[in-house]
Parts: sequence; structure tokens; C-alpha cells
Amino acid sequence: MEVIQQILFIVALGLTAWIIARRVQVIKRTIQLGRPDDRTDRPAERLGMMLRVAFGQKKMFERPLIGIMHFMLYAGFLLINIEILEIILDGALGQHRLFAPALGGFYSFLIGFFEFLAVGVLVVCVVFLLRRNGTRVERFQPPRHREMHGWPFLDGNLILIFEIVLMVAILTMNAADSALQDMGSAHYRRTGDFAFSQFLKPLFAGWNESTLIVYERVAWWIHILGIFAFGVYVTYSKHLHIALGFPNTYFARLIPRGKIHNMPEITKEVKIMLGVEQPAADAPPAEIGRFGAKDVMDLSWKNLMDAYSCTECGRCTAACPANITGKKLSPRKIMMDTRDRLEEAGRNMQANGGTFVDDGKSLLGDYILEEEILACTTCNACVQECPVLINPLDIILQLRRYQVMDEAKAPAAWNAMFSNLETSQAPWKFSPGDRFNWANGLK
Amino acid sequence: MAETTFKVPTMAEMAAAGETPEVLFWVGCAGSFDDRYKKVTVAFVKILNKVGIKFAVLGTEEGCTGDPARRAGNEFLFQMQAMANIQVLDMYQVKKIVTACPHCFNTLKHEYPELGGTYEVLHHSTYLQQLINEGRVGIKGGGTFKGRRITFHDSCYLGRANNIYEAPREVLEALDAELVEMKRSRVKGLCCGAGGAQMFKEPEPGKKDVNIERIEEALGTGADTIAVACPFCMVMMTDGVKNKEKEDSVKVLDLAELIAQAEGL
Repeated sequence: MEVIQQILFIVALGLTAWIIARRVQVIKRTIQLGRPDDRTDRPAERLGMMLRVAFGQKKMFERPLIGIMHFMLYAGFLLINIEILEIILDGALGQHRLFAPALGGFYSFLIGFFEFLAVGVLVVCVVFLLRRNGTRVERFQPPRHREMHGWPFLDGNLILIFEIVLMVAILTMNAADSALQDMGSAHYRRTGDFAFSQFLKPLFAGWNESTLIVYERVAWWIHILGIFAFGVYVTYSKHLHIALGFPNTYFARLIPRGKIHNMPEITKEVKIMLGVEQPAADAPPAEIGRFGAKDVMDLSWKNLMDAYSCTECGRCTAACPANITGKKLSPRKIMMDTRDRLEEAGRNMQANGGTFVDDGKSLLGDYILEEEILACTTCNACVQECPVLINPLDIILQLRRYQVMDEAKAPAAWNAMFSNLETSQAPWKFSPGDRFNWANGLK
Repeated sequence: MAETTFKVPTMAEMAAAGETPEVLFWVGCAGSFDDRYKKVTVAFVKILNKVGIKFAVLGTEEGCTGDPARRAGNEFLFQMQAMANIQVLDMYQVKKIVTACPHCFNTLKHEYPELGGTYEVLHHSTYLQQLINEGRVGIKGGGTFKGRRITFHDSCYLGRANNIYEAPREVLEALDAELVEMKRSRVKGLCCGAGGAQMFKEPEPGKKDVNIERIEEALGTGADTIAVACPFCMVMMTDGVKNKEKEDSVKVLDLAELIAQAEGL
């Protein structure tokens, strides 16, 4: 019986590791579809940024109460994972509470601390479920935000329910364990009562030893298989931010927010047009690719990592002036669409032996609509809000560049503005000779 | 006062006289052509004259920085504008620029260096703050705005884009007025709705215009003066006040106008 459990456990562990590794490969390859963008400068500043924003959750604490609750989940997740090490070793070696003898009294303290975290996580998950399904937090409401229809809404709830099940399993498992210890059951080492689960012991009053063992084992299996399933699930879910939040903040842009990245390939053309530079006589005709971005492979790898890092909290959308006033633009949807298209590209690559085969679809048009990108005021509110330093604006601007330069599709009013710039060096139709008339009354 | 004459030298005149100004005042398209913002340009020039700053303007040699073209996605046009301006600026060996437009400021400061134009660029809010701190602009007893309720609307291209939040507020404090903040201010400031080349097209379909959302918040503070530091914000907020039929009781004024008025210029 013991051996069968050990074998089953090792098979489950191996299978989980294999599936996760495969998913990580797919995610990595799709991120590599993006354009190169060097983000290795200023390493000390980057490290500091990652420590403050990802490790220290700086931006989450802008709303202190939510910050504390989220920190509880984050700390719970990080620290309870230390216990997973023992659970995995127990499972593989057919042991029970392997570390208890070596750690002595400290073991009970540790488990007590983990139980404190478990209770904290449980309480926060319940609060978050209520928040997500109540009507108070507008940004979570599917009727108000079309990108939250269906899977994203379910995903947000599932992950919380998942955690609640895991925490209930670990707490009741510990309580059943204590009850078995009280009975002097053979395999259950004496560790003493645990800080929180002792209060659950009355639930098991009157249970006989074999029923308790079955419960304890089932809870143990639910807990560990739940964690394995969670690991796999995360790679398909918005919850990928728990891992990608770290590299995403490390590689975040450090230059002032107002700056839009230059297009050197255009600079050359413009210099030739202005006669500042001569085209090299023997140079082959410049091979100009696509201007701006139509699809995910036109974006930079960092834009794509941003998409996988998004946990759909919607702080960006709640701060977006266009969205607040009822326009179709939602920065969160920009990120979700980018990820959906990337996932589609990943499936495409898997089906075609690792290379992407044109499927006639594109990010702009099939996912993101012209009306959305046209509504952006480039105010940077979405960039300011993001707790993991995602930049939706950068994607919007690249899509605009494609739309305007490659497709030559701009609103008529913008085309008029462009031609005014060309003829009058001003966005309005004034004679350039009148530019200094404002001073006439002064002199 | 009305008889006082003010000097507005151009770079060309200065160069012809073999002189170099301390700073170039970049007027911008709105400051040159928009009837409302021309008053801001004039107010700022009056302050520069009074303080005795040796400044110059480009006059008809100035052209749009290209900001709206770049933000609308037309990189070609942006770079054409930028290169033409850089040629002019470099011809006059300009080192330091001040402008009353946050969009010009942002573009000149951050986007011209990659195209070969590197200058020290200041927004007029920072410039005015420096003049106040140096004691070169001092409003005796707070002037006409003493005790009035003023709210400041952050321009996105000053605030989030460039982290300039305190300079305009320090300028307002010199007026000895009561500065009241909107709920969404500083990093949380709500856009007026005109950035990103929205100024030059109709808004996309929605349930409300952004400037109406913002003006409601501004009026909610009970302020009788809405201070702005950007030509686009000026248009949007002024339209908002008109939409709410409050133009008799609430004024939208630029920082330079507030200082000039308080100084009796």
C-alpha cells in the first residue's frame, strides 16, 4: 500500500513537472516571437525596481488595505511553499513529517506559522471572492467590461476557490493528524497540537482511527495534487503574474514616460529626403519592413512578456479617461488581446513543428479594433497604475503607427492635421508667415 | 501700465546684433495661433520683460515640434518636423529653451536628442518657480488672488510623463491663494481628453466627453479659478466651463497669466 502511494506520487510529480516544462517552453518561444529590445542596461537600478515593486509590492500598497490583503496571499504563497518541500519528500520517500524529529520544538512553531498564513490566505480569498462577485468594485464587473465576459471572470473565481480548497485541506489535515497523534496511532509522530488546527479537532471527535487515517490521507492527497494542478493551471491562467511579475518589473522601461521610442529606419529616409544625407551609391535598396505593429511578432518581446504578466486586475482600465467616459478602449483588454493572440500563435507553432505559419489573422483587426486605439489620449494613467509595470500605451502607439503609416488609414481630421503640418508647420490651417503676429500688440 | 512697451526680440535679430540670449522662449503652435493661448504667450513675455531676462523667440522660423504627428502614429512627419526645427535651433546655437506647452517641452526634451538635438529644456512652470525662488518674481501680499480658491489641473505631459507636480503648485502658492486639490490629482490626475492628438479629431463614441468628466471634478472643489499649464488643457477646461454655463463665475487661467495678473502686468 505504502509503495503504491509512493509510485503514484512520483508519477504525479513527474507528470506535473513535464507539463509545466512544456508550457514554459511554449510561453518562452512565443515571447521570443517579439522584436529584440535591449533591456539589460542599468542593472542595479533594475534590480532595485524589481525588489521594490515585485518583491516589496510597492504599488499594491497605494491602497493600503488591499495591499495588506494581497501581501498575505503573496507571503502565504511564497512561504507555504517551503512546506511543500517536506510534503514532496514525504510523498516520494513514504515518510510522514520528515523534518519533525530534526527540528524538534521549532517544527511545531514552523507549522504553526504556516497555519497562520493558511488562515490568513483563507480569509483573504473569501474577502476577494466577495469583492469580485459583489458590485462594489466596478472594474471586476463583466456587464461593464466586455473583456471580463466568460473565461476571465471564471478564471478569477476559480483561482480563489482553488486556494480556499487547498487551505481547508491543509488545516483539516493537520487537525486530523493531531487527533491521530492523541490516539497514539502508529505512523503519526508526536509533534504536539498546532497553533490553529487544534481548534478544528472537535470536528473529528468520535471518529475512529481508520476513518481519521483515511481523512488525513485524502486531505494530504487533495492538498498536494491540488498544488500540482495549481502549478499547471497557473501557466494557462492570468495567474502567471506570480512568476512573471519579477522579470517583468526587472525589464521595465526606465526612461521618462513621455518619450516615445524612435524609429531609426525612418530617420535615415527623412535625412535623405531633407538632403542632409546622401544614399550610399552601392547600397541595395533599403528593405523596410512593416511600420509599427500589426501583429504580435511586430511588437517587442517586452510587450509580449507584459501580456503574459497581466493578471487582469483592471486598475489601468479604471484609470483610463477613455474607458471612464464610455469609449471602447480598455488598456486591460489591449493586454488580454495581446496574450490571447500570443496563445493562438503558440498553438499554431506547436501544430507546425515549432514555426509560426501565417493564419491570416492579426492582433489589430481580429482582436484589437481601430476604434480602441484611436481613443487613447496617451495620458499614461494606465502605465502609472499597473502594479507590475506593464505598458499598454507602448502597444497602442505601435498599432497606431501601423494603421497610419502602413495602411495609410487615419481619421480624416488627422489627415487634415498632417497636411497642415506639411504646409504650415502647424496643426491648424494658418499661414506660417502669421506665426509671429501674436506679438503685434506688444511691440 | 498699458503704455509700457515690451520687447520681443527674435533669434535672427539677436544673431544680427551679435548677441546671444540667455534662453529661447519656444512659443509653440497654440501659443502662436490659438487666440486664447496667445494671451498666455503675452503674459509670459511680460513677466520675462519685467524680470529682465535676456530672451528671444524664433518668430516665423519656429515650426510644430511634431508631437501630434508622432502620437497619431505618423513618424515620418514627426521626424521631418523635428529635423527642420533642429536645423534652426542648431543654426542659432541654442542651449536653453523654455516653453509654456508641456507637449513641446516633452518632445524637445526627450525626443529631439535621438535625432541630434540636445538642449536644456524647461517648462514655464519650472522656470517661474525658479524665478520666484530666486526672488526675481515676488507678489506683494499675494496680489489679486489672495485667499481665492484655486484648483490646479495636472497636465499629463508635465505630470506622469515628466514627474513635474510640485513646480506649478509652488507657483500658485506664491499667489497666497487657497489651493484646493481635486480627488484625482498629481499621479492620479485625470487627462483633459486632448492628448495623443485627440485635440485634432472628434472623440470616439462614448457616453461622455473626457473634459466634462474632468470639469465636473474641478467645479466640485468649489474653486473659482482653474489653473492650467498646457494649451490643450486650457481649451478643454474652458470648453468644459462653458458647457456647464459657469463662465461668469469660474475662470480658467494659465500659471503665467495668474502671475502676470497678480503682478499687475
